[in-house]
Amino acid sequence: MFAYIVRRLLFAIPILIGVNLITFALFFMVNTPDDMARAQLGAKQTTPEMIQAWKEDRGYDKPLFINLQASGHGTITQTLFVQESVKLFSFDFGQSDSGRQISADIYERMWPSLAIALPTFIIGLVTNIAIALLIVLFRGSTLDKVTMAVAVAIMSVSGLFYIIAGQVLFSKMWHWVPISGYAEGLDGFRFLILPVLIGVFAGIGAGTRWYRSIFLEEINKDYVRTARAKGLSEIKVLFGHVLQNGLLPILTGVVVVIPTLFMGSLIMESFFGIPGLGSYTIDAIRSQDFGIVKAMVFLGSVLYIIGLILTDISYTYFDPRVKLS
Amino acid sequence: MIHRFSGLFKQTAKRAIGLVAFSLFLIVNISQASNWNSPYSDDKLDHQVYYTSFSSPPKHLDPVISYNSNEWTFLSQIYEPPLQYHYLKRPYSLEPLTLKSLPRIRYFDKAGSEVSADADVAYSEYLFELKDGVRYQPHPAFVKQGELFKYHKLSKDQLKSIKTVNDFKMTATRALVAEDYIYAIKRMALRQNHSPIFDSMKPYIVGFDEFSKQVTQAFKDQIKVESSNSKLSYFPLRDYALEGAEALDDRRFKIIINGVYPQFLYWLTMNFFAPIPWEVDKFYKQQGLIEKNITLDTSPVGTGPYYLAENNPNQRMRLVVNPNHHQEFYPTDGLAENASPELLNDAGKKLPFIKEVVYSLEKESVPLWNKFLQGYYDASGVSSDSFDQAISISTGGNMELTEQMLEKDIQFLAQVQPTIFYFGFNMADPVVGGYSEKQQKLRQAISIALNTEEYISIFLNGRGEPAQGPIPPGLFGYQEGEQGINPYVYEWKKGRAQRKSIEQAKQLLTEAGYPNGRTKQGEPLTIHYDSLDSGPDSQSMLNWYRKQFAKLGINLVIRSSDYNRFQDKVRKAKVQTFSWGWNADYPDPENFLFLLYGGNAAIHTDGGGVNGANYDNPEFNRLFEKMKTMPNGEKRLKVINQMLDIVRKDAPWSWGFNPKALALYHSWLKNVWPNALANNTIKYKRIDMEVRDQQRINWNQPVIWPLVIVLLLLLISIWPLTKAYRARQNTIISSNKTEAGGQQ
Repeated sequence: MFAYIVRRLLFAIPILIGVNLITFALFFMVNTPDDMARAQLGAKQTTPEMIQAWKEDRGYDKPLFINLQASGHGTITQTLFVQESVKLFSFDFGQSDSGRQISADIYERMWPSLAIALPTFIIGLVTNIAIALLIVLFRGSTLDKVTMAVAVAIMSVSGLFYIIAGQVLFSKMWHWVPISGYAEGLDGFRFLILPVLIGVFAGIGAGTRWYRSIFLEEINKDYVRTARAKGLSEIKVLFGHVLQNGLLPILTGVVVVIPTLFMGSLIMESFFGIPGLGSYTIDAIRSQDFGIVKAMVFLGSVLYIIGLILTDISYTYFDPRVKLS
Repeated sequence: MIHRFSGLFKQTAKRAIGLVAFSLFLIVNISQASNWNSPYSDDKLDHQVYYTSFSSPPKHLDPVISYNSNEWTFLSQIYEPPLQYHYLKRPYSLEPLTLKSLPRIRYFDKAGSEVSADADVAYSEYLFELKDGVRYQPHPAFVKQGELFKYHKLSKDQLKSIKTVNDFKMTATRALVAEDYIYAIKRMALRQNHSPIFDSMKPYIVGFDEFSKQVTQAFKDQIKVESSNSKLSYFPLRDYALEGAEALDDRRFKIIINGVYPQFLYWLTMNFFAPIPWEVDKFYKQQGLIEKNITLDTSPVGTGPYYLAENNPNQRMRLVVNPNHHQEFYPTDGLAENASPELLNDAGKKLPFIKEVVYSLEKESVPLWNKFLQGYYDASGVSSDSFDQAISISTGGNMELTEQMLEKDIQFLAQVQPTIFYFGFNMADPVVGGYSEKQQKLRQAISIALNTEEYISIFLNGRGEPAQGPIPPGLFGYQEGEQGINPYVYEWKKGRAQRKSIEQAKQLLTEAGYPNGRTKQGEPLTIHYDSLDSGPDSQSMLNWYRKQFAKLGINLVIRSSDYNRFQDKVRKAKVQTFSWGWNADYPDPENFLFLLYGGNAAIHTDGGGVNGANYDNPEFNRLFEKMKTMPNGEKRLKVINQMLDIVRKDAPWSWGFNPKALALYHSWLKNVWPNALANNTIKYKRIDMEVRDQQRINWNQPVIWPLVIVLLLLLISIWPLTKAYRARQNTIISSNKTEAGGQQ
């Protein structure tokens, strides 16, 4: 397995270079360094001298991909792309264009994102699986049909509606929880209840329908009939056997998102005032902060690759027939 | 059977107890705060805390670079430039902040002899004398161990326990000295600091440009030698002399200005001129601190009434009263005519009243508005979403608070801002530009057709006033009533300005050579409008513009682009018409009339000028140069009126509107008075804590019955579900048996 992981990590390098190349090309197709300087300087009158000084200070005075003024290796190495990429591959994210340390910002903002994403993910997963199993238990009944209709209805409504409705109902009308905000430690619990509940509820429709189809495939298999013949209760059959065998396809979709959980949720964090990473990249794109954009795209790619490797590894754990070689 | 039901009952009871216990846990946890929905951990406080919000994280808190109102909201409470605006007086007037008195100004000719202000002045000398007893907030940068600074060379061990600048065990302070102001001015000249006003100040402060070139190059060389960067490397600015700014001793300093520039005093109210102690600058240039985002750009150090106790730009900023703040008192006079006499209730009392300010980041209007209604914010603006809830328009067209607001005893203030949003014509364009009578008439006709009153009503809920010229209300040169109207667009009828009819606009258009909006070739006149608005939300506004031009038979073609492209087009004069705006830097008409000065035209300044309309009328330019250095008075007003006559006739802008800012605040917040130019106003405000605490409790009593119903429903549903499960189990077993029997 070790060789497999090493191989996958080596394959990741050209992918990351490619992602980085596309990020550079796309960003500078839309924004010139002069535009970036104007956006960052925020002056009412921006003079060419100010722009030049800003570009020199941030290294944006170098050519993007090819430096015709340099000679030898310098043609390639004395470019913005190479200079910045080398730092990225050593996970030195450097400074944002507004002058803040990106690593420090990510470290500070990932915890609030995790505080909301992790419970939403775990509770959502457990709830969706439990409801799906319950529906499978009552398959074909009125409860099954009604639940599926409700699931489709939940899916059809925008997540934003749940957020605003939840805030109005639980905070504005009933005064149960703060409408938005965040605190560290145990005090943070009361701020997280509402966003987590809304996150879980908004995901019930899609999650339940997906898991139900997986479990329905399993429920008619021979091993289920054998389990019942042994006299096991339906609960034990579902949770002990169907769930375990249905986990493999679930893992495909679930494990891959685990590493990216700390990247946060844009809308949820924005409405609930959670100081997470959800809006970090979007804000950076809006303010033309390339330092953050390149770091976050790179980090996102790395985490996705890690997620895919973890998915493969988890297969071997849950299904002994799978061998990674 | 009885045994099975007894087991079922026990299971159900266990689940019910578990559910109730969990609910109790939730309730207990929530009720740790006095109100369940309180967004604050501890809102029972023994000192005055002001709760407010901010909408976007501040990027820069270093006064040398910060030029954004979002940032100045914080900075102006922390830093103290030499001057400030009087809190109550209108029109805006200056008063000393850290000075004993307003600076003494002397004028000199080329030979160095002192002359009067209206003589041939070669340079002006501003002499400043500092107040006694002004000291900096406690800060680790000032801590000394013997002759050396204790924290200027931090070791890795020392840095381990440091997360913010407030984590240092020891702090110290020192008195404000004149050299700190000079140091701040010198910092502007260092290009690596990216001061946004250096190029504006360069022509005025004597020797500033030469000084900048010298220190910028020296710093570049230093960085090269050290293989460092501008963030990390400390440059000894004190070793370089600046001819136009000099500390005479610890209490006095002087600034020398080329010629006469009366507006310079207004610049001295801005944070760019706030004092910076060199020790602080040096302290922050440490690798270990920079890695933790502890820099002068994130952790300001000032002499103001507050210091930054918490800096989390993505969640909360918290200011706490500066224990070293000098003696400052609430004004005893200057109450404006329309102001409430209650504003002088605290006259002569020591400032600040509020001991702590908590700013929470609110990106969305829904939570912001609801927290204000719940009493968790002391004041709020009025967004479009909440306008109808807050404000009703009376039959007389006046804005009034709605019943809901009155019930909560919410107060309301409206003020026209010293800001203008205009519709500009590119005067260099062959169709809409030019200075001939016909070209003037085309722009005048369009100005009449663009119904600003309708725009304000539809898109701003009435929050604005149509502009009659470039100078907004409240500034010298603005005139109310008949004499202040733009006679090319308005008529004075029944005691108010009324827009001229569309027929008059059509007549002007005919005289301009476009009868019914047609060219000589008989085709509809087509004009291009460059806009920043491109999203679906903007479509109604863009359609409105099309409709206004269609009234004249003109075909308006909209070209939407992003901000970069838009700016680029304006800079290169590649637009025909466009919309833009300007906020006052200071309350002087020069700050608005210079937007139309030919010397600032984009086409004459390689795109750097602020005159995007490229208006360049020699007579206007001549009058502008004369007016800009004149003191306010009859003579200056006469010149300004001449200038206004010229630009109104030329109509390089359709004058657009001056926005009106609405502020709502709770009855417990005292001494609220709008001041569009001053940002350091929190020190004057006061909070009646008892009233606030009581109202928060009254308004936020938790409604329990839905919780009880939910719990009951959950309990009740357990029984039928359990029963249904049993029935399902039996069905599956019997069907399995039947299946098995069939197979046998």
